Amino acid sequence: MRPEPERPKEINEVSDFIWEIPKTHKKGMLVPARIYASKSLIEQMDNGVFDQVTNVACLPGIQKYSFCMPDGHWGYGFPIGGVAAFDPEENGIISPGGIGFDINCGMRLVTTNLTYDEVKPKLKELTDTLFKLVPAGVGCKGFVDVNRSQFIEIIENGSKWCIENGYGWKEDLERTEGHGKIDWADHTKVSDKALQRGINQLGTLGSGNHYLETQLVKAENIFDKETAKAFGIHSAGQIVIMVHCGSRGFGHQIGTDYLRKFEPVMKEYNIEIRDRELTCAPFNSNEGQDYYRAMACAANMAFSNRQVILHRIREGFQKVFNKDAEKMEMHLVYDVAHNIAKLEEHEVDGKKKKLIVHRKGSTRAFPPGHPELNTLFKKTGQPVIIGGSMETGSYLLVGTEGAMKQTWGSTAHGSGRTMSRARAKREVRGDKLQKDMEKKGIYVRSVSMAGLAEEAGIAYKNVDEVIDTVHKAGISKRVVKLIPIANVKG
Amino acid sequence: MKKYKILEDVAIADIAIEAYGKNLDELFENSAYAIFEESADIKKISEKEKKTIKLSAKNAEDLLFDFLSEILFLKDTYSMIFKSSKIKIVKKNSNYSLHAELSGEKINTEKHELRNDIKAITLHMFKVEKTKAGYKALVVVDV
Repeated sequence: MRPEPERPKEINEVSDFIWEIPKTHKKGMLVPARIYASKSLIEQMDNGVFDQVTNVACLPGIQKYSFCMPDGHWGYGFPIGGVAAFDPEENGIISPGGIGFDINCGMRLVTTNLTYDEVKPKLKELTDTLFKLVPAGVGCKGFVDVNRSQFIEIIENGSKWCIENGYGWKEDLERTEGHGKIDWADHTKVSDKALQRGINQLGTLGSGNHYLETQLVKAENIFDKETAKAFGIHSAGQIVIMVHCGSRGFGHQIGTDYLRKFEPVMKEYNIEIRDRELTCAPFNSNEGQDYYRAMACAANMAFSNRQVILHRIREGFQKVFNKDAEKMEMHLVYDVAHNIAKLEEHEVDGKKKKLIVHRKGSTRAFPPGHPELNTLFKKTGQPVIIGGSMETGSYLLVGTEGAMKQTWGSTAHGSGRTMSRARAKREVRGDKLQKDMEKKGIYVRSVSMAGLAEEAGIAYKNVDEVIDTVHKAGISKRVVKLIPIANVKG
Repeated sequence: MKKYKILEDVAIADIAIEAYGKNLDELFENSAYAIFEESADIKKISEKEKKTIKLSAKNAEDLLFDFLSEILFLKDTYSMIFKSSKIKIVKKNSNYSLHAELSGEKINTEKHELRNDIKAITLHMFKVEKTKAGYKALVVVDV
């Protein structure tokens, strides 16, 4: 058993919220590593993060810095919260371990014009309805029945297929990252196994930290009124819904397939890695391009999964409140990926370059005016949705120029674990947690009591501190904090 | 011999499993057992249906990775959870081949107590090693 990695001797304070580990820390580091954190967050950061963020700094073609966001924690390959950009012209790589098995795991936020007073008396009925409508938990089957050729259409066309087939509103597309469709998706790069594994799973939440949450806007939690209003959040007492899930077994299988495909070819490309999970291939190699195209299929499946779930949420609300979803103004605020790699234009030392930006547990945070943003967000910047623990709250932020200048247009993605699942389960009982949360005004329905215990608030960092860090470091701007009142979990 | 233990405070968002076996067959059975137990309470699973896995690989590590990944494939594709496995591994020259028979049943949320929907077997710290008592494996799974 390998001992727990050691903390680097040299962690230099660049500013109140940026910490740097120099290139000299580890043999093979091509760039320094930078961790975004307040003083107390860097002290709490587990040692695995330092080891992993500096391992990433050794990968071919990496530019400027290997980053970790303030919600960072010990993952596999890259740390969770890891951000790194690679230049394909300098043999830059693409790595499945820098994206995660749950390709395009992401967040979706939906508004309503309902108030807490209207929802409170029906909260249990609503949550029980959503729990029934959106399947969750181990090996669950989705509610959208498709055949093989339809599934292929879905993985190549993403949310567009959903809208064309009655699962949503046309406007949902312009409120989804990249319109919910990644163009370079190519189903011929996906194994038959991945297709078999994913075909039944469209419209499922999964388990772990995935959820569907009903949340409340409180007056004291609106930090930027104007931007909040532009995003559809206009008043205290307003109810919103947040969804967190990804590409399910389909994406997991693509990640597994390419991890094994890349391993034997690394020698050919003279790539040395410090952890087998960092397996990678040059972006401009056949293998790298195949993965990029297969990954896009998984990303499209994830956009579609969250899109059909949104459709079900609207149906659930209609049923319980006996009103049209349009009347309840159930607009999508935004849908954003936080496990993905994309080819994007960034400035490196004054020169514009196309880089393959990996975000693993990190949200894109493009600023106002960014050419890739829909006109809806040209003035405000891109909405950034950050999910906290089910007990403490989540945030809506907005992208900034600071993120473009500092972190390849990236910010945090959640509150970040601080306690292992095994330890959380030992300290908290699921059934007791469920009762305690109900006393605090949060009604929870979960497929698994053990799974619920693993997701207890105490297992996470303080989300306010994480948000404070990204806000003060300038890599996104705080807009609204959202308080959970009901949660559906796998 | 203990079948496996969960290593706390390793890869904290995931689950780190250390499995044991006096030979490779048992190591693989016990690693699979850890996956079964982390997915659901196996006391409530009946052995109604069987699934066969046949694989080969150049070394024991790759074979274990592919075998455990295959269990996750079966879980999603056939909506199945498992209770036990019978495994036979044969080594010929530098090739390892595996024949496994898994027993379990279709998921029924009314009957089963489900736990974690394991997404994937990762290669992070992945290891199979020989010990005095036989074999030991370290497997971090993504949940």
